[in-house]
This record gives sequence, structure tokens and C-alpha cells, in this order.
Amino acid sequence: MEITFLLNGETVEVQTAPTRTLLDWLREESGLSGTKEGCNEGDCGACTVMVTAPGEAPRSLNACILFLPQLAGKAVRTVEGLQGPDGTLHPVQEAMITHHGSQCGFCTPGIVMSLATGHTNGQTDHDDLLAGNLCRCTGYAPIVRSAEAAGSAPVPEWISGAPEFSDAAFTGRHQERQRSSAQEEGAVARPSSSDELAAWYMAHPDATLVAGATDVGLWVTKGLRELSPLAFLAGCEDLRQIETTEDGVRIGAMVTIDDMRPVMAERHPSFGELLRRFASVQVRGAATIGGNIANGSPIGDCPPALIALGATLHLRKGDTRRSLPLEDFFVAYGKQDRRQGEFVEAVSIPNQPDTLRCYKLSKRFDQDISAVCGCFNINVANGSVATARIAFGGMAATPKRARAVEEALVGRTWSDETVSAALPAFAEDYTPISDMRASAEYRLEAAGNMLRRFHAETTGLATDVLAVRP
Amino acid sequence: MSVARPLPHDAARLHVTGQARYVDDIPVPADCLHLAFGQSTIAAGRIGELDLDAVRTAPGVVSVITASDLPAENDVSPAPIFHEEMLSSGEIQYVGQPVFLVVATSHLAARKAARLARITYEERPAILTIDDAIAADWRFEEGPRIYERGDPEAAITAAERVVEGAIEIGGQEHFYLEGQAALAMPQEGGDMVVHCSSQHPTEIQHKVAEALGRPMHSVRVEVRRMGGAFGGKESQGNALACACAVAARTTGKPCKMRYDRDDDMTITGKRHDFRIAYRAGIDATGRIAGITFEQYCRCGWSLDLSLPVADRAMLHADNAYFLPAVRITSHRLRTNTQSATAYRGFGGPQGMLGIERVLDHIAHTVGREPLEVRRRNFYEEAPGTEAGGPSAPPRPPEDISGQKKTGTLTPYHMDVEDFCLSALSEQLAESSKYLTRKSVVAEWNAANPILKKGLSLTPVKFGISFTLTHLNQAGALVHVYNDGSIHLNHGGTEMGQGLFQKVAQVAAARFGVDTDRVKITATDTGKVPNTSATAASSGSDLNGMAVQAACDTIRDRLAEFVSERFQAPPEKVRFAGGMVHVGDEALPFDQVVLEAYQARISLSATGFYKTPDISWDRINGAGRPFFYFAYGAAVTEVVVDTLTGENRILRTDILHDAGSSLNPALDIGQIEGGYVQGAGWLTTEELVWDGRGRLTTHAPSTYKIPACSDRPDIFNVALWDAPNRADTIYRSKAVGEPPFMLGISAFLALSDAVAACGPGYPALDAPATPERILAAIARVRA
Repeated sequence: MEITFLLNGETVEVQTAPTRTLLDWLREESGLSGTKEGCNEGDCGACTVMVTAPGEAPRSLNACILFLPQLAGKAVRTVEGLQGPDGTLHPVQEAMITHHGSQCGFCTPGIVMSLATGHTNGQTDHDDLLAGNLCRCTGYAPIVRSAEAAGSAPVPEWISGAPEFSDAAFTGRHQERQRSSAQEEGAVARPSSSDELAAWYMAHPDATLVAGATDVGLWVTKGLRELSPLAFLAGCEDLRQIETTEDGVRIGAMVTIDDMRPVMAERHPSFGELLRRFASVQVRGAATIGGNIANGSPIGDCPPALIALGATLHLRKGDTRRSLPLEDFFVAYGKQDRRQGEFVEAVSIPNQPDTLRCYKLSKRFDQDISAVCGCFNINVANGSVATARIAFGGMAATPKRARAVEEALVGRTWSDETVSAALPAFAEDYTPISDMRASAEYRLEAAGNMLRRFHAETTGLATDVLAVRP
Repeated sequence: MSVARPLPHDAARLHVTGQARYVDDIPVPADCLHLAFGQSTIAAGRIGELDLDAVRTAPGVVSVITASDLPAENDVSPAPIFHEEMLSSGEIQYVGQPVFLVVATSHLAARKAARLARITYEERPAILTIDDAIAADWRFEEGPRIYERGDPEAAITAAERVVEGAIEIGGQEHFYLEGQAALAMPQEGGDMVVHCSSQHPTEIQHKVAEALGRPMHSVRVEVRRMGGAFGGKESQGNALACACAVAARTTGKPCKMRYDRDDDMTITGKRHDFRIAYRAGIDATGRIAGITFEQYCRCGWSLDLSLPVADRAMLHADNAYFLPAVRITSHRLRTNTQSATAYRGFGGPQGMLGIERVLDHIAHTVGREPLEVRRRNFYEEAPGTEAGGPSAPPRPPEDISGQKKTGTLTPYHMDVEDFCLSALSEQLAESSKYLTRKSVVAEWNAANPILKKGLSLTPVKFGISFTLTHLNQAGALVHVYNDGSIHLNHGGTEMGQGLFQKVAQVAAARFGVDTDRVKITATDTGKVPNTSATAASSGSDLNGMAVQAACDTIRDRLAEFVSERFQAPPEKVRFAGGMVHVGDEALPFDQVVLEAYQARISLSATGFYKTPDISWDRINGAGRPFFYFAYGAAVTEVVVDTLTGENRILRTDILHDAGSSLNPALDIGQIEGGYVQGAGWLTTEELVWDGRGRLTTHAPSTYKIPACSDRPDIFNVALWDAPNRADTIYRSKAVGEPPFMLGISAFLALSDAVAACGPGYPALDAPATPERILAAIARVRA
């Protein structure tokens, strides 16, 4: 297939296999080897590039798990394109030299691109900004010093000017490609609306749907799978909507975790904090809520929170739509209540008072997969538990509600005693497994202790190591 | 002068613009072929049938090579006494062992084809763990190695109290950001040029020559830089380089191989994991009278560098402490897992963690402040140390520990003559307000039932020199061109540590010119032969001296030339500020060079250095293995969640001895980075193998090195700026490995936090994952 995008300000037209990654294309074909491969699975950030969609702020993304068709009509900036036209260094490049931010230099192009993107967007939370960029040499201190030093410098004109999309010829060529691809028949589709997707998917029910490719990308780079048929959903603008209704908020399946985060943080700050720790900037900028639900993983971080919030999932098959409680979607390991040709259209979260607490337990705080992710939505009225919706990830073959625990709490006094009495119920709800992240025993104990933490928190005790300052 | 200046890394500008070239970035001819290993899927057994038909017919495959196709040696071991097959000829010793080699038109095609083999095995039970290996008595060397001084059993028996226990210490994946990579370019007459990401170009040259059945002179190896190494590229690149060379010879085309990250982690060795059991006899103040260690070292399947690693663990079983009577027993156990290999510290960190654990345990047992107990057991301070640190506070009339003289003799019969940790730790305790913060932490803990803080100060004393004495040599090649520019080459390799810049600063200083005038060039076996690995923290010490010698040879020729012209003695000629000074006269350096050239004076020289005064008997554990010691200490404060074991480093203060630093900025970079890597080893970085010997943490998704937010919130690093007592290059000290072990303070701070939960001793194992911490909390409360 053929796509058009901007590479460091120049229009490129690429004839590509649909699952060719941007990283491979950059390094093997375009002659730009500044972008590095460190892990080929979106965990180290050495391949970070800046990607801008028309009308949006730039995002840093991992080029290793970004398929070329996802870039159609967008602007890509690599480390080779960060300097000014006259060779002037970008402020973050300059600061990285002055403050000794590079040692072996291999992670450096990715670090520089993450920092430059953050700099452009005015972000100063450097730990979050760099959570997806591993450095093994420096211990990060000089990198953060560099970032802080560059922070006060204005965004260079050659970045803020973003002249790229003003090129009418580019836009024209891209739209032409999109139109022709929309009419494409066969193994690869690039629908431009959910209607188109619905129709095509009916005809190709065994197809792989590619949203952000933060999971599917690994099927290709690690699983070495050939994916066909295949649909790229990036053009389905209507699936990228966040709608606030009288009853709640409805989030389209193609909304990225990044875009959903402020909305959720406002309603449920603890969910917002969970999403801050969801993978990394690079992953959150690509990964979608639809993907996080539809892949059915027992360790995805959104489902437990959404289940605890009583979210409803909206599915569509052809012109038929249905909705179901999210928890019912997860049937068994690798099995969801999704029919042939049916796809996730949106998830909606009802308005409610914020009583949600989310606890993510992993070996490393940032960019790690949860060993246990516990989400508690417990409403205490007049000293006793009025309602409780509790759901966990990492405790069963699917994200799953803790119904026995809920039952042990509801109607009882919100006290240490009640919490202690409820702890044995965890073993009724869950039989976790032992794996490289944690043992079954630890998972069960930690899950129970999360309830104890919730209770301690409501009594005003300090319970969060992340909130402790030296 | 250019030395001692905090100049940026020489390649910093190339790094930040993406122009710095690594092996996989080198432009190659369009017909370059790409390789991948097919790997074993079992841990122990023999190959039954090896059916490679599907591999051979896969798209893009040019050739498939098995052990029987190899033209010459099938051995990639760095140890002359051990045979390590590049491709298995039948025996399988671990999951991931290379069995065959795919040569294809692309990296992806090679990887895809490598998975298509159909291999049957005659499997046998695998020996995977330390306990398995002890039970099977499967080990290297005939029995345990033992270093002993005095009669520890008698001392322990006579002691007032006995402290005993054991600590499990996990291994560590290097996780260099650039995976292993090599590129072989066939030359005329069967010669081979190899570009690779290796700390040891000479060894690559040697192994490639053997693999091709050619003399070493037929192979030239070039290494410009590595994207991190940390010991993981000392021997683990041999297989890739040999594979590329053999395939290049077979096909006549350039051949490149780089491991995908999962393959890298599955195939290559890691830090050795250890169990260290200890028994110490102490007095009521915590002073050690006698001690024994049993070190169980899991070496993996092949010998690799395990013997010197295990030796170094023994050599650091004392760390900073005088042990009046001591026995260290080291078991070098074999297992059906990746062959453990060099990793920053090279066994030192494990040995050191053993004794630091003992000190922590002793302090808990006698109920005294751990720093006081440590100081009570320190080696005797070297005379004159008080004046050593420029900002060292005056010592109180009586040492806070009431320390009496202890001793200077190590368990391996070498005297510690440069000990400065009493003064250094005192200064650090002062600057970090250690004792005050101890009580603040205690108060905080009393007020917080769920979260607990911990604080710990631990010292580092690390021996500098290769323990294999003959490796302590280096060569250099320096040219001065007739325009006054300088070409610098030496045997050291650049892996990010800033060696090239430090050595360029030395060269510039010798000629009295700016570093801009010095061109740093890729390590090249054709320029400087017979080099040692850039390892053992020795890069600057050895190569700096060799470069100094080469520069001085040329400088002396220039001085003689100038002195003849000005009728002044050569020793009156000075090189400074880009000028050559004779009396009141000063000539530009480039003018002198041009005139010397025209006067037919050689402007090229080699330099050579060998470390003096060292000798070592590794069997008997006696001699002087180290030229000197590097010192440092760290204070770490942590907080632990007693409900889940989650934890964070809040603040770290470090005072580290880099001698008279060649480049304080680069040295501080090594200290900060070393500390975080060391803390990672002992906290989040956990290697997990399943019951069948498969490494289940084989990618960054499951193996967690520290991320940005894991560094301490407050991170104060200072240099103990005193000249090295040993005669090293500008009296600097080696700094690559020693700071790694400062991370032990993070581990023991966690232990301290856990100890605040109950009366028992935490006996924390490493890495201290949340799960292990929660288990330790349960222990202290039991």
C-alpha cells in the first residue's frame, strides 16, 4: 500500500507492506539511523520520534511498534530533524551536552525526542515525560538537570512554526491516497468512519483491527506473525470522540489513554493517577481505550477501574449495536463476549460521586505491567458501607469483580473489624497464579492489604510511598 | 591544563544529534547479509534430529550453517581451558543455546527463519539452581577455593556472641541499550575486517582468527563505541563476531548480526547470582573476632570468566573491615542456564554485599548504631588521611566509635595502605546529617503505622587491577601531523564511560594544547595490538599511562629539537597554552611541529604501560593483587509501604574517591549512574527462570531496570578530592565499577525500614522486590 507523510518537513510517499514499522523503514530504507532500536517492543524509548497529527499537539511515540500506515497524513520528526535549518541545536540538545546528559549515547536520541516533545508542549513533569525512556548509564540525574535547564528556553521557531501542514500539495496528496485506499478492497483497509469499518469488518470478520498497535505491534515484532486481513482505524474520527452526556461520559474506542486521562482525572483523580502510571508517554499517546478493553488482557489497567465505576461497553456489528456491563465482556482467558465482525465502539462511565481508589502494584512504579491492580469504589454513608464495587486485574484470568469481598462489606460498619473480616473473601473471589511478576500468595495478600490501605486512607493515615518527600 | 576539567563527553554532540555511529548504523553494501541464531528450547540434553528444511526454504534465506559446516574452531570461550561451542554439535546446556546459524537477506527474514527448525531432543534433568548444583556437586574446579587467615573457628568459638545467617543475591541483566552486534567485511586474500560492539577487540580478533583458521594478522577489529556494555560485552560478543566472520567467508559477502532484545537476554550471560552464608564471632560492641563465609556462585553452563569473578567476590568479602581471623570458601557451581559473565564489579558487589549484610546483622544483634559498628571494624586509617580530603573536618579528640587501632592486613595477605574510610565516612555522615536524620526517621516511623522509613550508610573499598596480573598492560599509538593536529589511539574501548575524552585530556595536557587539537579514533587492533579488555575499571589508569608515554616520547623529541635550536637544556622546554616555551621565547606548537617535521624528526610513537608492584597467587589467595583501592560511601534514605512492600529511594548522599579526578563531570556521571544501577540490581531488577530453565524475564516488559523516577529525589554527589597515593595517571583513581557498590546502601536502608516493623532481623534477600520486603516484614513481626 502507499502512504504519504511528512518526514522532518519533507513530503515522503512510501510503498510499504502494511506491518512495516516506522523504525525499520527509517533505519533500513530512509538512511536515517539516528533513531535506535533498543527493545523492539515499546519499552525502552530509544526509538522515540515526534509525531504530529493536523491540528494536534505533537506526541512522542515509539517508532518500533508504529506501523507505517498509522502515519498517513501526519508529520514525523526524528532526531535528525530536531536542529534548526542552519544547524542550531534545539535547546534540549544543547542542555544535554552542557549538563552531561549522555554517556553511551544510545538512548540519547530517544531521550532528546521525548524532551523536545515535552518542551514543545510545555510539560515540566520530567519523571513522567521520561518514564518510557530507559537509560542504563547516567542514573537519569544529569538528564533531568538538562531538561530543567532547557525548560526556560523558548520553543525554537523551527519547531513552533510547524510549517508542515501548510503545504497544500502534501495535504492534497494525502487526501487522494486516503480516498483511493477507502475504496481498496481486500486484505488491508483504512476506513475513514466507523460505518465504513462496520461494513468492512462484516465482510472480513477474521481481520485484525489496528488502533494504536501498542499490543498488535508486538505480534509482529516479537511474535513475527503475518497479519491479514488488517484494518487501520486511525481514520475513524468518529471513534475518537469523548462525549459528556447527562448520565455520564462516553469515550470512543479510538480515544488514546493520553486523551482520556484528563477527563478521568477530573472525575476520579485516583483513576487519573492510575493512568499516569499506565505504561509511558509514548504508549499512552498511541494506545486506545478500545484496545485496552478489546484485547481482553487480565492485566490491562483500565478494565478494573472501569468495572469498579460500573462502566458500560458499547459494541457494534454491522448496523447492530448492543451494550453490556463491561465486566460481562470478559468471559475467560483470551475469550470475550464479542461476536464475529463485532467491534468495540465506546465505553461509557456513569456520573457518580468520586469514591474510587485505584492501586497499581508492580516491581517498578513507572512503565510496568501490574502484578495486581485493585480498584475500589466504596461508598460509605453514616459510617457504614452503602455500596461497593471492587475489581481487580492480575488476580484472575480476566479483569474480575470481587463480589464476595463486596458482599462482606456492604451494609457493615466501615471499620478495621469489617475490613479484617472481609479479607478471607479475597480467596473466594480469586485464585491468582504465580509468574515472573509475583507469586500467587503475594498477590492474594497484597490484594487484601489494598483494602486495608483504602480503609487506612479514609482514616487519614499516610499510605502512599509516592507522596512521601525526603 | 586540559586534565581535571569537567569537559563534556567527546561525542556528546554526536549523541544528541543522532550522528554517533554504532555497529548497526555503519553503512553497508546493498548485498550485506543478516544473521540470526536458531536456539535450543530445552535446558539439558542432546540433539536428536535437527531438521532444517523449513529454515533453508524460508523466504530470504541464503544459507544455514551448523556446527559441522564450520571451517575451523567452534569455540567462543574467553577461557583457554574451556571449550564453548558457538554452535552446539549435539550437547545442549541451556535454553537459548545457539544450535544453527541462519544467513538471510534481512534481519527480519533471518529471525523468522530461525524459528522454523524442527529439533528433537533426548532431554535429561536440568540442573538449574544453586541447590540443584550443590546436590549434584556440579562445579568448576576440583572443589571449593578457600582463602584463610588465622583460625576463624577458634575465634568464633571464643567470641561472646555469634551471628549467623545467609543471603540470597540475585543476578543482573546488563541491559546495555545497544544490544550485541557485529559486522564482518571480507577482504582480499581471505582477510577479515570486523566491526563490533565489544569491550575486548583483541579477543574478538583472536576468536575470529581461530574460527577462520587464520593467524591473527588476517583479522582487523575496529570498535568506535558501544551503546553501553557494563561487562556484558567483554566475552559475550565473541559468538556474533565469529558467526559473522564465518558467514562472510562462506558467502563472500558482508555479514551483520545483532541480537533482538529477547534473544540477547535469552542467549547471553548475566551477573552471577550468589548465596552467601556467614558465621561471625563478635564482642558486645559488635567487633568481629572471627568470621567464615561460604560463597555459592552460580556460574551457568560454561566457564567464561567465572573463576576470576568468583575470586573477586572472595577478594571483596572483607570490604572495608579488618577481619582478624577469616575463612572464605567459594563454590563455583555449574548450572544449565546462561553462562554468567562479567558485570560491573565482577563479583566484588556480591562479596561486598555479603559482609555489609553481616555488619547490618551484627549491629541489629548488639543493638548499636550500624555506622558505629562499621567504624569499629574498619581497617586502620592510613597515616595522613585526615589531611587528605581538602574539606575534611578536624577529627574530634576521640573518635565517635571509640575506635582502637585494628589492622591493615586483608584476608589475602595484602596490607591496605591507603585506607581513608574513617575520615571519608565521617565527612559524609556530617554533610548528610546522618545521625540527626536517624532520629528524625525514628520519630517519623513512630508516627506512621503503615509507612516506614529507613536510613543506611555503607562504605566501599574496591581493589583496582586485573587479578590476572598479565592483563595489567596497555599500549597506545600517537601521531602528530605536520599541521600540529594529533591523532590519538589506544587499546581502551569507549562504552559511554568517557574514557576517550579523559585520555584525550591527558594527551592534550602532555603537549600543552587544547583537546580540540586531539582526534580521538576508533579502537583498532591494527593500530594497538594485544590489548586487554576495557574492564576492571582500568581503562583510564592503563591507557592514560600508555598514551602519556607515547606523547612524552614525541614531546621529548620536540623538546630536544627546540633546545638545540635555542641552545637551552631540553628540560627547560615547556609545552603549555598551545605554545612551546624556552626561557623567554615562545613558539606556536604547530610551528614547532612543522619545523621538526622538516628537520626529519619522527612525530609518531607508541606508548606502553604495565602496572608496577603487583603479584598474585590466586590458588593460595596471597600476594598483592591490587595496585591500590578506590573508596566511597553512600547514605540512602528510603520509605517502605508495609502493606505491599512497595518502596522508594528518597534521598542519597555520596562521597566518592576518584583521586585527583581527570574529569570531575565524567566521574560524577559514573558515580550517579553506578549508584542507580547498583540500587536497581538490589531492588527492581529480578531475573526469573521457570522450572524448565527458561528465563521468563527476557525483555524490558518483564525485567525492570530503574526508570527516571526511581532515582533519588535528592541526589547529592561529591568527590573526595585527594590525590591517589599510588602513582597513577595524574594521581587519579579508577571510577568505573566502585560506585556501583554504593547502591548497597539502598538495600540496607530498606532492611532498616523493615527492621522498624518489629523486633526480628529482616534477613532481606536481594533483589528486595515488594514481595521480598513484605515477606521480610512478616519475619520481623513473627
